[in-house]
Amino acid sequence: MTPSKGHNKELAERAYRVRRNAVRMGEVQGQGYIAQALDIADVLATAYFHAMRYRPEDPNWEGRDRFLLSNGHYAIALYAALIEAGIIPEEELETYGSDESRLPMSGMASYTPGMEMSGGSLGVGMSIAVGMAMGLKRKKSDSRVYILFSDGELDEGSVWEAMMSAAHHKLDNIIAVVDVNNQQADGPSTQVMAFEPLGQKLEAFGWFVQRIDGNDLDAVVDAFDAAKDHKAPKPRIIVADTLMGKGVPFLEAREKNHFIRVDAHEWQLALAALDEGRLA
Amino acid sequence: MKPAAPPPTGKPRLTTSAMIASIAGEGQKTKPAPFGHALVEVAKTRPDVLGMTADLGKYTDLHIFGQAFPDRYYQMGMAEQLLFGAASGLAAEGFTPFATTYAVFATRRAYDFIHQTIAEEDRNVKIVCALPGLTSGYGPSHQAAEDLALMRAMPNMTVIDPCDAHEIEQVVPAIAAHRGPVYMRLLRGQVPVVLDEYGYTFELGRAKTLRGGDDVLIISSGIMTMRALDAAEELKADRIGAAVLHVPTIKPLDTETILREAGKTGRMVVVAENHTVVGGLGEAVAGLLLRSGVYPAFRQIGLPDEFLAAGALPTLHDRYGISTAAVVSRIKEWLSR
Ligand SMILES: Cc1ncc(C[n+]2csc(CCOP(=O)(O)OP(=O)(O)O)c2C)c(N)n1
Ligand SMILES: [Mg+2]
Repeated sequence: MTPSKGHNKELAERAYRVRRNAVRMGEVQGQGYIAQALDIADVLATAYFHAMRYRPEDPNWEGRDRFLLSNGHYAIALYAALIEAGIIPEEELETYGSDESRLPMSGMASYTPGMEMSGGSLGVGMSIAVGMAMGLKRKKSDSRVYILFSDGELDEGSVWEAMMSAAHHKLDNIIAVVDVNNQQADGPSTQVMAFEPLGQKLEAFGWFVQRIDGNDLDAVVDAFDAAKDHKAPKPRIIVADTLMGKGVPFLEAREKNHFIRVDAHEWQLALAALDEGRLA
Repeated sequence: MKPAAPPPTGKPRLTTSAMIASIAGEGQKTKPAPFGHALVEVAKTRPDVLGMTADLGKYTDLHIFGQAFPDRYYQMGMAEQLLFGAASGLAAEGFTPFATTYAVFATRRAYDFIHQTIAEEDRNVKIVCALPGLTSGYGPSHQAAEDLALMRAMPNMTVIDPCDAHEIEQVVPAIAAHRGPVYMRLLRGQVPVVLDEYGYTFELGRAKTLRGGDDVLIISSGIMTMRALDAAEELKADRIGAAVLHVPTIKPLDTETILREAGKTGRMVVVAENHTVVGGLGEAVAGLLLRSGVYPAFRQIGLPDEFLAAGALPTLHDRYGISTAAVVSRIKEWLSR
């Protein structure tokens, strides 16, 4: 897994556990958005165990930083982080995607503690982020709005409307992360709808932009720090290039797909691969 | 890099899953991707026919068309408003685009684009949408409980809710031949084949009686016709005669046939739809009957006016009353009162 320069050992362990939780949930259903959960685990570990302010025992604490999951199908990844953060009990992992579970396949605010928006219909999170950021400023709160969205969502015009407005309203309390895993439903994102040069586009839209290897934990930590410390009155975005299946070599090597099936016996192998990376 | 040994996990599998999203019953006869294959057939003699999608080609069976006619297939990215605006533009230039996405993203996200650029301009665009009504366990974001109500409310729009693969194969050439905007509910993947056994043929704008019966008339569309036929068979065992009138064209409604069938005395009329009870086939039929002075005992089977749960489809269909078992028990209950 992600090599650590030393001071991020604890975060690397967190990221390992987030991946592990996600794989265990994947096993419950035998299929799903596992490769995405593995690619974004380093970002989520950094958000929840380095950057953000929250109280696990009180997910609605007024002073918390908000976290918006715009790409609702990544719920498996966020549940994995929320479990590690102590907001969701670990036992519930066994219920993922099942009837009456608080952990539905597609993330919804009404179902899950710590889930701040109902996703599933892609491209809406950034508008909510704009409103929340305005609301926090009105309330003179120093809480921030973190938002994760996906490269496929870049296709939706609504995302760009919201990004233009975030810059217009100088919403420097937004820290966005876009997961560039180069995958969406019909194939590689860059082939479905060419969006590069993404960094330049976002800069032209008035954002403070950093582009990093989203699976290099040190780079992720530095990017979150820089986003928080930046002085210009601009919204901040981290463009995270990630590798689907990260941490499980046989999934990294598999033909990339938005929705993968994993054979029953492979889940144990996936967990074993994570363990191997943890020791390395 | 294939892993070697398969150690058995030995863990019990949960029986319920939001992944169970097939509408085909166990052992039911099915056909793969009937829409995609039918569109390829039509396109062979119709160079004006194009395929367009918003990052859901693989999930709406349009990839079959894309493979057959790569230069007539447009990937528009996950941008539904763009999809329908661009479809309108292509139609304005004389082409006949078949544009696909999920029902929720067409009817909700892109409603105004469809309304203004397709319906109001009366453009020859075919809107073909997977996951209609309650055919996804992902919760409200993917459950198009109100798609028919929304599309019915649009002037110029023809609205079709096919029952099975047999019907989809006939709907595709029919709507390609029809000039004007069409909204078609799509069943994708392995789609059940049912209506062939009833000698059924699809005609745009026509409702058809699939079986007779003296006690109750079930008026249905889409997958609920499949349920109604199964329910009628079960009711027969209890000596209840259930007729089934299939109404695949929701708009324009075949008022003549519906009034004739509902007007036969002595039968309770039950409208069954995979849709909220608000604004779909049930209320369309109710309004027609009232306006025409036909007053049979009238009941509605449909989804409740609430945000539906996430979960496994069979569980949800039972819970919300649109499974065969639920249809049977409610009809029995209504008739016994
Ligand atoms: C508005 C909207 N349109 C279409 C979909 C269907 N859909 C679900 S995920 C997806 C791909 C989105 O891209 P991305 O999140 O980058 O995919 P991933 O990286 O998870 O493969 C699509 C088209 C949706 N959920 N919402
Ligand atoms: Mg992606």
